[in-house]
Amino acid sequence: MEKIPILRMGPFLLVTIQVDLYDRLALNLEADLIETVHKTGARGVLIDISAVSIVDSFMGRILGNIAGMSRILDAQTVVVGMQPAVAITLIELGLPLKGIHTALNVEKGIEKLRATIPPDDEETDDDYYFQ
Amino acid sequence: MIIISSSETASIRTEQDVARLLHRIKAVAADTGLGTVSQTKLMTAASELARNMLFYANEGVSYLEQISQGTKVGIRLTFIDHGPGIPDVDLAMQDGYTTNPQSLGLGLPGARRLVNEFAIISTVGKGTTVTVITWKL
Repeated sequence: MEKIPILRMGPFLLVTIQVDLYDRLALNLEADLIETVHKTGARGVLIDISAVSIVDSFMGRILGNIAGMSRILDAQTVVVGMQPAVAITLIELGLPLKGIHTALNVEKGIEKLRATIPPDDEETDDDYYFQ
Repeated sequence: MIIISSSETASIRTEQDVARLLHRIKAVAADTGLGTVSQTKLMTAASELARNMLFYANEGVSYLEQISQGTKVGIRLTFIDHGPGIPDVDLAMQDGYTTNPQSLGLGLPGARRLVNEFAIISTVGKGTTVTVITWKL
């Protein structure tokens, strides 16, 4: 089964969506991410959608789900790299992605995530490995 | 009068068919001279409409046409299914209304906002046809 890799960067998880997500892949990503947040105790999830050319209401709902579920597990979600045309389209579609943090790029997204966690809290159990 | 300068049709049965259609729309829209924002809006509207078709009718057919009217050129998309039809189209066109618990109810009203022209004809028990046009501005 095709999978979107989830990378670990310290206390954060990084996902780069390089293909236009079809439904099955998006639902798998949602499940994998939440599972990984739970297993690793990650404090933040960064989703890079700079290569995504469209976000429809299904995809928007998935992003909202990921943010909501992560928040319940005490992790913040930041969506980064949205193309301007996608932002314009989302607003006209009626999907303002409320409750989802956004940043212009990965670097700014990481800054945003770092700001949300106290400095002495950045250590997570680093002996944990996953694919 | 609308003149059709190119036309292609595809059957939509799976998510992959939708993905293929979106790629074709992008290519034809770019060829017609639509800008990035118009292309993105049209593809997003198409994604919503094709997804509706799969969910409610299981399958359907799409038409992708390059059209012109006077000096205007644009893209017309038509989605035809023989599903259950929509009993109350006005209600279905309202934001947030849906009969699918997994949906946000933005598909039809959202798609209408993303294109220049939008028409829907639905007959209960016969099916639904949605036509949208994006003009090159």
